[in-house]
Amino acid sequence: MELLSPIEIVKSNVSAVQDYWLLAMRSLSNLWRKPRYLADFLIQADSIGVGSLPIVVLTGFFTGAVLALQSSATLAKFGSLALTGQLVSLSMVRELGPVLTSLMVTGRNSSGMASELGSMKVTEQIDAMRALGTDPTKKLVTPRVVATVIMMFFLTIISNLVGLTGGWVVSRVMLGLDSNQYWSQAYQNLHAEDVTMGLVKPVIFGFIIATIGCYYGLSTKGGTQGVGRSTTQAVVAASVIILVLDFFVTRAIMLWFGSAI
Amino acid sequence: MSTAAPGAEFTVVFEDVHLAFERNQVLRGISFRLERGETKILLGIAGSGKSTILKLALGLLKPDQGRITVLGEPVSAMREEDLFDLRRRVGIVFQESALFDSLTVRDNVAYRLREEKVPEHEIEEKVREALRFVELEHTLDKVPSELSGGMRRRVGIARAIISRPEVLLYDSPTGGLDPITSTRIIELVVKQRDVQKTSALLVTHRLQDAFMMASHYFDVHSNAMLPVTCGSGIDTHTSFLLMRDGKIIFDGSAPELGQSTDEYIREYFS
Repeated sequence: MELLSPIEIVKSNVSAVQDYWLLAMRSLSNLWRKPRYLADFLIQADSIGVGSLPIVVLTGFFTGAVLALQSSATLAKFGSLALTGQLVSLSMVRELGPVLTSLMVTGRNSSGMASELGSMKVTEQIDAMRALGTDPTKKLVTPRVVATVIMMFFLTIISNLVGLTGGWVVSRVMLGLDSNQYWSQAYQNLHAEDVTMGLVKPVIFGFIIATIGCYYGLSTKGGTQGVGRSTTQAVVAASVIILVLDFFVTRAIMLWFGSAI
Repeated sequence: MSTAAPGAEFTVVFEDVHLAFERNQVLRGISFRLERGETKILLGIAGSGKSTILKLALGLLKPDQGRITVLGEPVSAMREEDLFDLRRRVGIVFQESALFDSLTVRDNVAYRLREEKVPEHEIEEKVREALRFVELEHTLDKVPSELSGGMRRRVGIARAIISRPEVLLYDSPTGGLDPITSTRIIELVVKQRDVQKTSALLVTHRLQDAFMMASHYFDVHSNAMLPVTCGSGIDTHTSFLLMRDGKIIFDGSAPELGQSTDEYIREYFS
């Protein structure tokens, strides 16, 4: 294996960030340029939204359920078992709903995009598309980015709702809590800041998922082995960026609402 | 260095084009001109930069230095988004066909017309016509994985010619195919050259294909490729361009090539 100098490594990383940034911005600016590929958007929306629904519902339900179960022991020590609904609701809406949904969609769709576009790249289908007069960023990237952003928004709402239901099932069946008490605690303690946080994050994360998947797909080199490498890199990069960005978005929204310490 | 002012008589002009991939210098001062209606066959050993020339002509790659003009447009200086209109006037047949594997043959061939929003009934007619040209009309609803290598190459040709391009670029259209299928494909290339009078750049490793193109013409009456006989006055408008180490070492006709005394050229053809 060839050893690269540190300067070469820095150069290639800076160049990769620049290429990613250009692709991400291009995917947005294409929204104002014709032609627009509505059929491709609908296909992607179906694949990402409807296709991800089962895993999002499953993970959402059991996350809410385990939250209620885990917190009950601690809350019971302070005689505050009645606050279970509030705890599940805030945790799901502010944090776990957006992040877990994003990670699920990353595993399923960011990898799918990287492998699909990567295969097209190594078999010269991307070049063929360009040669036939089609801009691949318009035909392949923008529909995926828009579909992921929109679908992530709705998938997160569904995940939150299903998570609250999971918490309610545990609270009702295993903890013996009153349903009205659970739901009123869950609903009344949700404020504008919590809802904003829960709805802004999936939009940002959706953009990351799609652009990272497309970027790694379109920069694939080295045949089928390269496709495998791109797929893995896309999932790892998107997951790490989502978790890091989650911290900064949370902090920014807390500062915006004046709740930061 | 060529100083040609690209006019109507030239469809592709390369002027002192250099290109390197990282530290590997692939092209070192390539200059040539492709006349309207002419077919230029690019020969050379693997890695000599032949396929790179086709990608540069389409603007799929940018040269590090030099100037490329295609159909009067300065390809090397144009932005990617400005190149899409020009690319619609140029057809390319890729080495491995590069058909869209999730689309049927019909959709592959119709791709460009759909992008141009041509009415659907017109598309169907043109797709059938293009597939009839390559004798594959019966494969309309098949997907590329159901076709043989030779059939995929022919679908690639149908996809390239459907919008009647002014220039065609063939990247090893017969590479890896058996002699019978190769001859069939060369016949299609010759047919396109002589019937539509399309200018073309053709990359090949098979010398027999190159010489067959130079020595045969397509006879529309018998619908077959026939050898050019002495004194017939038929000009196949086909020339050769031989590359070595990223440079052009020969650019001329078949008789000129035969008369060359260059040691490397004689060894290459022996």
